[in-house]
Amino acid sequence: MHRPTLSGRRAVAVGAAAALTLLAGCSNSSGGNGGTASATPTLTGDCAPFQAYAGHSGTTVTMFASILSPESDALERSWAKFSSCTGIKISYVGSNDFESQLPVRVTGGNAPDLAIIPQPGLLAQMVKTGKVVKPPAQTVANESKWAPIWKSYGSVDGTFYAAPMSANMKSLVWYSPKAFAAAGYQVPTTWADLMALSDKIAKSGKNKPWCGGIGSGTATGWPATDWVEEVVLGKYGGDVYDQWISHQVKFSDPQIIDSMNVVQNWMHNPAWVNGGFGDVSSIASTTFQDAGTPILTGKCSMLQQASFYEAQWPKGTTVGPNGDIWAFKLPAVNPSIPTPVEGGGEFVAAFSSRPEVQAVQNYLSTSEWATSRIKQAPGWVSANQGVDPSIYTDPIDQLSAKYLTDPSATFRFDASDLMVAAIGSGQEWKSFTAWFAQNQSVQKTAADIDAAWPQ
Amino acid sequence: MATPTRTGVRRAISSPLASFAVLLVTVVWTVPTLGLLVTSLRPQQDVANTGWWDFFAHPHLTLANYHDVLFNGGFGVQDGLMPYLVNSIAITVPATIFPIVIASMAAYVLAWIPFRGSDAIFFVIFALQVVPLQMALVPLLQLFSGGAHIGGVTIFPALGMGGTYAPVWIAHTMFALPLAVFLLHNFIAQLPRDLIEAARVDGASHFRVFRSIVLPLATPALASFAIFQFLWVWNDLLVGLTFTGGAPESAPMPSRLAQLSGSFGDHWEILTAGAFVSVVVPLIVFFSLQRYFVRGLLAGSVKG
Repeated sequence: MHRPTLSGRRAVAVGAAAALTLLAGCSNSSGGNGGTASATPTLTGDCAPFQAYAGHSGTTVTMFASILSPESDALERSWAKFSSCTGIKISYVGSNDFESQLPVRVTGGNAPDLAIIPQPGLLAQMVKTGKVVKPPAQTVANESKWAPIWKSYGSVDGTFYAAPMSANMKSLVWYSPKAFAAAGYQVPTTWADLMALSDKIAKSGKNKPWCGGIGSGTATGWPATDWVEEVVLGKYGGDVYDQWISHQVKFSDPQIIDSMNVVQNWMHNPAWVNGGFGDVSSIASTTFQDAGTPILTGKCSMLQQASFYEAQWPKGTTVGPNGDIWAFKLPAVNPSIPTPVEGGGEFVAAFSSRPEVQAVQNYLSTSEWATSRIKQAPGWVSANQGVDPSIYTDPIDQLSAKYLTDPSATFRFDASDLMVAAIGSGQEWKSFTAWFAQNQSVQKTAADIDAAWPQ
Repeated sequence: MATPTRTGVRRAISSPLASFAVLLVTVVWTVPTLGLLVTSLRPQQDVANTGWWDFFAHPHLTLANYHDVLFNGGFGVQDGLMPYLVNSIAITVPATIFPIVIASMAAYVLAWIPFRGSDAIFFVIFALQVVPLQMALVPLLQLFSGGAHIGGVTIFPALGMGGTYAPVWIAHTMFALPLAVFLLHNFIAQLPRDLIEAARVDGASHFRVFRSIVLPLATPALASFAIFQFLWVWNDLLVGLTFTGGAPESAPMPSRLAQLSGSFGDHWEILTAGAFVSVVVPLIVFFSLQRYFVRGLLAGSVKG
């Protein structure tokens, strides 16, 4: 018990020194700002690219989002140059209660200037309050570098409100290239191959082919919605997927039941899951963060999870085509569907039309800002086609960007984020959790969700 | 009169069986806190891979989590928890003093100044405890930021207090008053009538009686309510987050703690360290006021 005390004292000293250095850094940069603080200044040197946003020095734009440290630190660094050149301070606040706090702040009249909204459903709810301001013309123009479907996800009732800012890809299967090579397995490129490989691994008797976890606190169940969405999109295509979101195609529709049965034979298959954890019901009690760890110990071969799962691998795990961990794209169930890609993204909505707010909004919609963000830290992808794909340093980001910017891919947004909140972030989670935890039948699960759909 | 019963109780409590039961409950109740403390001292890798009890088999200790919490920034704040600690103190101290001052005066008036309708007023204040504070959050926020208007007539102006502590103080004071008035009224009403009448006969004004007799005698009740209110406000996330918007200029510590676990909830070794840092101040308050605490727990709730 003596050693920690000593190292503690040293830690305090180091911390104090670090704080002093940071303070010194701050005062220097604010001193530098003084020179550019005249009205409509001309920005020169390496500030020249920010000329279009000049003239609002000394203003502050508040921003509210669900992104927390360390991801938010990279975000703040990405616009540090913009802020120091233009003099617009961006006051960023992240909260993991974002989804419940934003409606409270907006209806309470205390809305932030900008909000980064990850769910188009929440965007629609915010637009209904009448407080969301339409984006300036420049943002609309910049947005055209994204695939057209993104514009529809940032729109409510045909009116465009929020430009996409980031994208992530969900249609990935994580596996260990080393384990695959040792056992002589090939990466499957079709659904039939994937199923055959799963069967082969199960029959080898060494380990279960799949592991999964849908535990996520109050959001428990969401990874299971992704599995069904992947199958609906990959088997019946984008049109059925869109109609399913609007409930024109019900959960009890034969096509959705069939898709759920595909998942039943895959992630609900007692012979195939849950490698390293237990039986099928352990999927409900395992957190999604932990779900992939058995792949590293050889107790499980594959995990279907989004690109952002990369952050969950322990430090020291090499992620890459020849590393400890890598991912392949989940193949389409129906080979005639062209490259189904399910993903998510974040949208920038404005609650103020002050010129400095619009300047920030414009800047965030450019490929220059996306490039600046990508250079800060891995784990972040833009589907902006103006971004040079070679600047991604992380192999998973490269892989995701390749599919997300592919014009021939069938891209669709995560369906549960688009369905009405009572279903997409409520009943669907609950019923899917019961499906796994209590071995509830597919029919009852579908019927329960349909019954809960708000009339 | 109560002596036989009291010794009976004392004997029952001091029996070995009862002592053992108390000890057992204490240990069981302390285990989660111990787990939290151990987790906060373990390296990130260990926390992610094994349960805290694994520490006893593989004791690795580190203060890195505390270092991260106290000195690593985020959200444009460079010095970790310190600004939030200052905010928390700046919110909690006034939000404890305001309701005590208002409630003790109200309790005295309701208990010792007879006037028509005093019982009804006391009953209404008491009944207000039923209103859940969650219900009042959005309307109150609207009132603070936009004021209240009926058909173009402003009844209540917008206060423009965004980014300051004032909305949090007011909200906490409002939510605390019903319980505070109820507790202090019951205590103050039981002060000896002779004492107060004697003071009145000697010509003391109500304010003099309140200041020189009621306040000193009610100290245990005031202190116990102060502890309750202090702990409640200190630990409060909902009100603080709603009325400050979570901005580092005015948000209290719990709103920062809630952010510590990271976007995907994978940094809870930092969260546990943060939780322990935030526990320090309430502990100081508790130990410095604890002699009032046990006395005050019974204050106002039972006769005698």
